[in-house]
Amino acid sequence: MRHMREEELIAYREGVAERRAVIADHLSACEKCRAEMERIEAVLAALDTLPVPDPGADYGRQVWKEIAPRLAEQPGRWWQAWFEPRRLAAAGGIVALIVAAFVAGRITKHGGIGDNVVNKEQVRERVLVVAVGEHLGHSERMLIELSNEAPDNPKQKEVDISAEQRRAEDLLQENRLYRQTALREGDAGLASVLDELERVLLDVAHSPGEVTPAQLEAIQKKIEARGILFKVRVVNKELQQRQEASKPAPQNDSAKRERNKV
Amino acid sequence: MQQSVDSAQAIAESDALAVERTLAGDRDAYRVLVERHSHSVFRLAYRMTGNRHDAEEVVQEAFLRGYQKLGQFAARANFGTWVYRIAANYAIDRMRQRQKENALRETPRVEDREGTENDPVNRVPDEAPTPERLTQSLELRKQMERALAALSEAERTAFVMRHWEGCGIEEIAGVLKSSSSAAKNTVFRAVQKLRHALQPFVETKAQARAMGTES
Repeated sequence: MRHMREEELIAYREGVAERRAVIADHLSACEKCRAEMERIEAVLAALDTLPVPDPGADYGRQVWKEIAPRLAEQPGRWWQAWFEPRRLAAAGGIVALIVAAFVAGRITKHGGIGDNVVNKEQVRERVLVVAVGEHLGHSERMLIELSNEAPDNPKQKEVDISAEQRRAEDLLQENRLYRQTALREGDAGLASVLDELERVLLDVAHSPGEVTPAQLEAIQKKIEARGILFKVRVVNKELQQRQEASKPAPQNDSAKRERNKV
Repeated sequence: MQQSVDSAQAIAESDALAVERTLAGDRDAYRVLVERHSHSVFRLAYRMTGNRHDAEEVVQEAFLRGYQKLGQFAARANFGTWVYRIAANYAIDRMRQRQKENALRETPRVEDREGTENDPVNRVPDEAPTPERLTQSLELRKQMERALAALSEAERTAFVMRHWEGCGIEEIAGVLKSSSSAAKNTVFRAVQKLRHALQPFVETKAQARAMGTES
């Protein structure tokens, strides 16, 4: 009697076997293959115990709240999405970066080929550093304001954080863009901090516009526990140092004249 | 059984109506679809990406893309299956991106640390029989997560979609952009790899019977 191959048993267990009846008959008659099947089932049963977190009863509403402002008026026409204010702002930011990099590249183009490559790299780095620095500054300000929010009086039942929440939504979009850029540029440290910042921004963006003092305290504790403000400050400081370091050294006139001859 | 078939039919019809209304310019009709399908898309996304943060991003992106492409969906009947497919495709992109990130990072990922702190398995349940048993289950849990993380994106996608979500092979093949037989092979490879990684940690019924611990 030919025993079943592992592939056949797995296909049978996962409901994708072509010869189901043949395999079923064989299993009922063959103890060895039944034992083999039990071993496969034991692994799959263990995997079935891995939990999936419950996103909460109002998760659907949260998702809608998050995406609704980003939906175009009419669905189905892909180009409309690019004319949403947020996307325009993001696209504008990218265009500004490209233009700045291009212009700076033109300005520094006068050296030899080797110099030019180095300069372009430096310019690209500088543009990214400036843009990310600005983004981190905005994020830091928003988080400080949120950390300092408090009810006006002890009887106040809700605190309005809708302004911070909207800013967090906008910053979230930018943050994703910069995190991906940092990754592409191989800057793992910056990408890691941006990743952590993204989680905090996501939490704030997902919060209701008006929160109870207890909810506000929980958000503030979360920000504090993650130490994100400190990390953002440290990275921003580093970026400023990098910005300083990447500024071209002043050239003397004779050197400039020599370059202009080329 | 008939009741659940009727219910599924009613949801599909209601989905089709919501799609029609959305396409006619009623943006709020899309809200019904988002609220109805968010949980199931989240479940798929979480199982594929293995962390909540990415899963939430996948869910949002799937519904955004679904809205943008809704015109292409009009002729079809099952919105749930369609948005599932969009989510699976985006989750694959996200997993690839994560792999690159992890390769670049030397320090452990934030969600790994958080996952350990907030992990429900790490909260000692009242009914935990013995510390040894708990240690074993924690170890098994870690091994399972590692084994799943070691699968390729295609294998993990195929396994999640087939084993946990009960998707058809054609549907899986569509997401993997492969033939049906290749999709079947991918399911097989995934289970085989998981089995080989986890077998030493898993007690089979036969072993339980032999040890007299079968419940």
